[in-house]
Formats: sequence, C-alpha cells, structure tokens
Amino acid sequence: MDHLLSAADLSRADAVRILDTAAELAATQGREIKKLPTLRGRTVVNLFFEDSTRTRISFETAAKRLSADVINFAAKGSSVSKGESLKDTALTLQAMGADAVVIRHHASGAPHLLASSGWLRAAVVNAGDGTHQHPTQALLDAFTLRRHLVGPQPLGQDLAGLRVAIVGDVLHSRVARSNVDLLHTLGARVTLVSPPTLLPVGVETWPCEVSYHLDEVLAQGLDAVMMLRVQRERMSSAGGGFFPSPLEYSRRYGLDARRLAALPSHAVVLHPGPMNRGLEISATAADSPRSVIVEQVANGVAVRMAVLYLLLAGGRREDVS
Amino acid sequence: MTEYLLRGVRPLGGDPVDVRIADGVIVAMGPGLSDDGAHVVDAPDHVLLPGLVDLHTHLREPGREDAETVASGTRAAALGGFTAVHAMANTNPVADTAGVVEQVFHLGRRAGWVDVFPVGAVSVGLEGERLAELGAMADSEARVRVFSDDGRCVADPVLMRRALEYVKAFDGVIAQHAQEPRLTEHAQMHEGVVSAQIGLAGWPAVAEEAIIARDVLLAEHVGSRLHVCHLSTAGSVEIVRWAKGRGIDVTAEVTPHHLLLTDELARGYDARFKVNPPLRTAADVEAVRAGLADGTIDIVATDHAPHPVEDKDCEWAAAAFGMTGLETALSVVQHAMVDTGLLDWAGVARVLSTAPARIGRVAERHGRPIAVGEPANLVLVDPAARRTVDPHAQATASPNTPYFDRELPGRVVATFLRGRPTVLDGAPVDQEGARA
Amino acid sequence: MSDRHTPAGAREVLGADDISRALTRIAHEILEHNKGADGLVVLGIPTRGLPLAQRLAQRLAAVEPGFDPGTQLGTLDITMHRDDLHRAPVRPIGATHVPDDGIDDRTVVLVDDVLYSGRTIRAALDALSDVGRPRAVRLAVLVDRGHRELPIRADHVGKNLPTASSERVQVMLTETDGRDAVLISGEEA
Repeated sequence: MDHLLSAADLSRADAVRILDTAAELAATQGREIKKLPTLRGRTVVNLFFEDSTRTRISFETAAKRLSADVINFAAKGSSVSKGESLKDTALTLQAMGADAVVIRHHASGAPHLLASSGWLRAAVVNAGDGTHQHPTQALLDAFTLRRHLVGPQPLGQDLAGLRVAIVGDVLHSRVARSNVDLLHTLGARVTLVSPPTLLPVGVETWPCEVSYHLDEVLAQGLDAVMMLRVQRERMSSAGGGFFPSPLEYSRRYGLDARRLAALPSHAVVLHPGPMNRGLEISATAADSPRSVIVEQVANGVAVRMAVLYLLLAGGRREDVS
Repeated sequence: MTEYLLRGVRPLGGDPVDVRIADGVIVAMGPGLSDDGAHVVDAPDHVLLPGLVDLHTHLREPGREDAETVASGTRAAALGGFTAVHAMANTNPVADTAGVVEQVFHLGRRAGWVDVFPVGAVSVGLEGERLAELGAMADSEARVRVFSDDGRCVADPVLMRRALEYVKAFDGVIAQHAQEPRLTEHAQMHEGVVSAQIGLAGWPAVAEEAIIARDVLLAEHVGSRLHVCHLSTAGSVEIVRWAKGRGIDVTAEVTPHHLLLTDELARGYDARFKVNPPLRTAADVEAVRAGLADGTIDIVATDHAPHPVEDKDCEWAAAAFGMTGLETALSVVQHAMVDTGLLDWAGVARVLSTAPARIGRVAERHGRPIAVGEPANLVLVDPAARRTVDPHAQATASPNTPYFDRELPGRVVATFLRGRPTVLDGAPVDQEGARA
Repeated sequence: MSDRHTPAGAREVLGADDISRALTRIAHEILEHNKGADGLVVLGIPTRGLPLAQRLAQRLAAVEPGFDPGTQLGTLDITMHRDDLHRAPVRPIGATHVPDDGIDDRTVVLVDDVLYSGRTIRAALDALSDVGRPRAVRLAVLVDRGHRELPIRADHVGKNLPTASSERVQVMLTETDGRDAVLISGEEA
C-alpha cells in the first residue's frame, strides 16, 4: 500500500489487515504507556485546507503515539480565496522531507493529484476530499462495527451479513461513499436512506439498496444505523433548497426516540460527527447506550495509527533490496 | 506570386489529378499538368480539401495573451488546415463594440495566417442583460455576422428573443452556448454515474437540452436563424432533428473532442479533460457521431480554448474549462468519422469547410468547390500518416490538449490561403507583413 | 519421514525427540532457578516462540502444580519495537496477550526459537518496558547460533549451534510447520 486515497481501492484482504492491525494497536492504547517507537524519525504532515480540529487531532495523536514527528500545515485557501497553489505547497513539503502527507481538501481529487503528480514522494493519506471519499472514517466505522457485532475474537473477520443503514445527505457526503464501498467490500448489506433530492444521479449503480423511507428500513431489522450530518444551510434556497425545513427533515429522517426503540437490542448507532442534536439525531439517541459515537472517536486514533504504520513502517519499494 | 503545382492529389478523396494554383486561384486541374516555373508539391494519394473554416475559436487576444494571441492561434489554425476562423467574443475587453471587433480583425490580417472573422457578443459585457450594438459590429470592417455570448448562455428568454429578431436585419445568426445557469451552478463534469462516484458536481444533460428546446421554438416563432454551439448530448441531437423536421432554420456544431472522448476520462482527475460542455457518455458520443453523419449536426467546430499551464496543473475544481483543438481537429475527425466509415472525405469537406462557411456567411471566399477559377483556399492532407501528439511541440501557446501522448491519423502537409502557402511540408511558412 | 520433508542441502541437527528433551530440561531449569512457579510469567515471541512457550508451560504445569498456564502464559509481539522495519516491506503486527495480573514485580521468561544477533530480544525488552516493570527478565531459546551484535545472552538454551553467518538455521515445529526439527543449510557466501 503506497497511499490511502479511497475506500474503493481496498480489497477485502487489505481492509481486514488494517482492521486487525488497528485491533492490536488499540490494545496498546489501553496501557499506561501508549507510545510506541515504531515511526521514530518519520515526518507526518497534516495538510488541512478545510477546518477540522477533530480529524486533525486524531491524525496528530496517531502519528505521535508512533513517535513520528508531526507538522501541522494550516493551508490558506478555500474555494473562494486561492492562496498558494497545491503544487507549490506540495513542492515545499517535499523539500521539508515529509514521509507522509495527510490531506483534507475541499476539492474532490486533490489527494489523487498529490499522489500521482510526482510533486512529492511522500505517502498520501486522504483525510477527506470534497464530496468524494474519507477512507479512514469508513475504516474506523467498520472497526467499531466489528468490535460490537462480530464477536469477541474478530481478528481476521469481515462484516459478512451485517445489515447497515446509512441515513442522511448522501449526495454531499464523502463519508457515505467511503462507507458504501468499504462495507460492501467487507460483506455487509448496506441500505441508503435519504430524501430523493439528496441522492446522486447514478446511485442505483452503487453496491447497496436505496430507500426514501426510514421507518420501512428500520422495520426490516438492522444491526447498525449510521446517521449522517445534514447541513441546515442546504435547506435554504441559497444553499440549494434541498429540503423544505429542518422540522420536516427530522420528522421524516431523524433518529428520534421512537425510531431508536424500534431497533433490535443488539443494534448500534453511529455518527461521524459533528452532530446536529435534534436535527438528524435526537439527544436521546446520541446519548443512549446503543450509541457508539464516542467510541468511534477513540477507535479513530487506533485506525489511523494502523494506516500510518502500514504506509510508513516498511521500506519503500525502491529502497528495499 | 509563386505558382504551385500539386501533383497526384485527390480532391475530396476522389481520383488523383494535378492542380495548378496561380494568382490566388485554381488555374488548371487535370492529369499530367506541366510544371513550368511552378513549385511542385508531389503528393500522391494525399487528399485535397477546401481550406477548413472554424466557426468557433478562442484566440484570447485582447486580454489573455498569456494563453494565446491572434498570431499564435492563427498560426496553429493554419497548421491544422484552416484558412478561416471565427474568433469568439469573450476577450478582455469583450468584443461587444465595433472598435474591439475591428481590432481583432486587423490583428488577423496583419498576422496573415488565416482570415479572422470576429464574432460579436450578443449582450454588453456578456452580462446577459441588454443587447450589444450588433448593428454597428455588422457594419464595421469586421462585417460581423455571427453573434455569441459563448462562455455564457443567453439565459434570459426575452433577451434571446430580441437578439434572434434583431439580427434578421443583416442576415446575422445568434450562436447559443446552451447551458441553463441555475441547473449548472458549480458544475464540474457531466452528471452521471461517474460524477456520483468520484464526487464532482454534475452538469446535467437537461441543462443543455432545455435551452436548445426553448431556442428552436423561439427561432420558429420569430422566423429567425439559430446556431447551436458545441452540441454534446444525444437528447440535443433529437431536439435539433425534430426542429429541422419542422422546417426551423437551426444549425448545430459538434466539437472534435465530443466525437471521441467520454466522462470516464475524469476518473483520474486530470483537469486537461475538464471542458464546457463536459465530456459525456459513450452513448452520447455515438449519438453525435450519427448526428454528424446524417446532417442533423451541420458542422464540426473546434471550440479551441487555450489555457496556461497553471490553470490546468491543479485540482479539478480549481482548473479552467477548455481544450485546445485547432491542430488536432482534422485528425480527430478522420479517426472518429472517416476511419469508422461514418463519413467520407467529401463529407469532411462539408462539415469542416463548406457548411461552416455558409453559416458564417463567408462562402464567397471559403468552403468553395475545388474547381478552376475558384479562390485557392486549400488544404492538403496525408491520411496515411500517423503521429503522436506532443503538447509541447504544437504551435498553440498553450499545452492543454486532451490528446497528449495519443496517436492520431492524418497530417496536414500544406495549407494555401488565396494561393499563398501558409504551411508547406507540414511546417509553417513565415508570413511577413500584411496581405490584402 | 524426515528425509522427505528436508529441503535439498539441509541437514537435520535436532530431531523431534531432541527438541522434546531440551524443552523438558529447560522447564526444570526454570523452576530450579526460580525456586518454584511463583511469580513466573512465560511470554512467547511470535511466531515460533509462541508454540514453544505453550509447550514449556505444559511441562512446567506437569512438574509444578502451582504453575497455571491460564494466568502465567502469554505472548509478546515485538514488531513495533524492531530497529530494522525499513529494510523489508511492512510486516503485519502479531498478537500481544499479557495475563490480566500484568508483569509488574514478576519474573518474565521470554521464549524464542533462535537467538542470533540479539536484536529481537532487545526489541522484546523495549516492548516489555511499555507493558510494565518486571522484577527480572530471563530468556529461554531453543537454539543459540552465536554472532551476537548486542550484549545479550540466553539463560536457558536448548542447543548451542555454532554456525557460519552464511549458513541458514531453520526451526520447524509441528504447530507451525507440520513437524519438529532444526535444520541447517550451508550456503556458499
């Protein structure tokens, strides 16, 4: 594995290997001494063009727990203000000796460009690109599901047969895309639940079911429900007018107390965060014992440690004799 | 002026014959012509076509000389086999006055590579709010007959109606860039399976088709000519076919890249494939090829859109829309239409020369038959040659060709503008000073 | 039967019976030195240190009833502490399982198949220090083939095997390879 750009690039074997590695690393994170020397001398750069304190801190923690040096490059430049070009930023990072670049960018395909342009030799980790992919999020979601739903010794196991619903704004969600890809690869059965305006043209070709009716999907029996964040701005005409009002959205698609109770007793509730309490997920659901939302965050560090380990610990192909 | 003898050439792909050019016209055609005093071009099996006419080119001057100038763009055009190009109005300043169109016209004359016919903007500043002085542009030295806000759509139905009506007074035509702006806000590529998977905002086919449908009905209602720029979808072909069947005076163009390339190329996020209208699906490519073959689509126009390196060497969303095309158009048309049996060389002459000349109202000089007495605006092509496109070895000042590293058939060996060679042996012939 | 599985050019220096006797002796040595089973934690280093540790644990329990493999046997993966990770493509991380009572103030016996440069054991000591602070650490290996690069020695050795660095020592165990044997292949440099 040279880069992690998309969950769609991972085979079943790749994904299980990452999850198993994360499981071993998670165990080390339960000790008093959480730090491992494995990536000593390596430099990991966090290149975040979009604000995201949570994800950046998660990657920073993961790198530091493996004793890597971390540089946080807060890149200026949004889709509005251009700032330094991606190419010039990449050339600077190469000059600084980055071994890995963790990039979050508002333009889909930016990590792909970094990995294929020849501007830098570092391993590229996609921490979220536009509406395209967020592979480490899908990996930590899968890790969380495996822990809760597969059994006490899940090493080597995938998610075969698990029924998962992903609910919310699929059109704009890179988390949804990554999860559909990865859950399918791991053998789970995914149903997307969304109003028609928030589903992309072409979704019928994706490896999952699609439904406009949350209650119907809940009635079929689920092992996990993943709620996606819905942006209030998208309801206004300036934001695209995708939905009439927040109230109508939460009535039809929100995980309220009634719907929470309709879940089987073993089922878990996930959310990639940050949550809009009261919009896509009620406080009751978010705080219930069924919710693994806080654990997702902790699992994120172990999963990101695993990804950095697998990308950086071995010799690069051209260096290995 | 030097006389030229083209030996053994095949006009419109027909039987071989010799052609003699003198004093700007074809003076003799027949077998075994004598070559006394003439510069001989031995070209057995080469195809002779009327000089190509591009109804849709962006020369970028005035304003974006970092991407292209009239001189570099027209030189590229000559190498592509063109003897005339219509230069679109989205320059800086916009070509919405007699002053700017005359400036572009004179720049073309001075460079001397092809005849430059400036296109006038429909609306002031391309803002889409009020008509530009179309009459003044028509009466200027540039004698503008084609008007377009290309780059932008004339979206306001009332403005489009007024424009269609107004140009009837001087046999002008409105060339519409069909793109409903609200349906395509922030759009990056064709809306379909690929865009959904790779996370790029979609440009739905309906945004093109809905405007064309509206405009053909408007043209019918006011009794006016309409030209559809860069038609790209199967649905658009259907609408134009229907409109022509009703007797509506509509013409349509397709670009070479829409005859060959699909949205699958976006998967690698290489912004050299980012263009407006976007590359569509394989089914759309098939439909526009069929439409060009059966005459529903009248012409091929390059929509040559040069951009400097930094506007393409970046993430897709930050990149400019557009591809160059003057030097590859004929090869791509040969590859997509002739080599597939959909069009013969006479058809190529029709879609790349005769029909665009007619639509642009320059048919007294361009797109003429190849016959004795006709102006010698000609292009000589070796259809058997093959070449690999090198973006840095082209005459256009910008390297954003989508055919980089691709092998294409055909090579322009010579181009004549009124009997004077602009290209010989596949290389440009230096033009010194203005030519009448 | 052993000849059928012996690769060409390799000779067997320890057979199944030799290995069994060596492990039995090592088990007795451990108990003798520790004066019983109290406070012992046996940790096998993957891959082959693991089944060896399990066999030792069986023998310890057979001789000394106070030894409980359920709470005194575990595994210690050392991949994350190796000093040569960049010399090979990335290695999978093996399992680490330390008994619930931990290793603080107890005597850890590390178990591995071959002691060679000593770097694996150096990594194991580092890994151990992340887990706790044992009172003592001892090392039991099936084979010591010499050529130490660090000041590390084994407390219990199944067999001392002087080798040339160009030779290859291969330990095969039933649990991992289908048979018990220690093989040496001599290779020209």
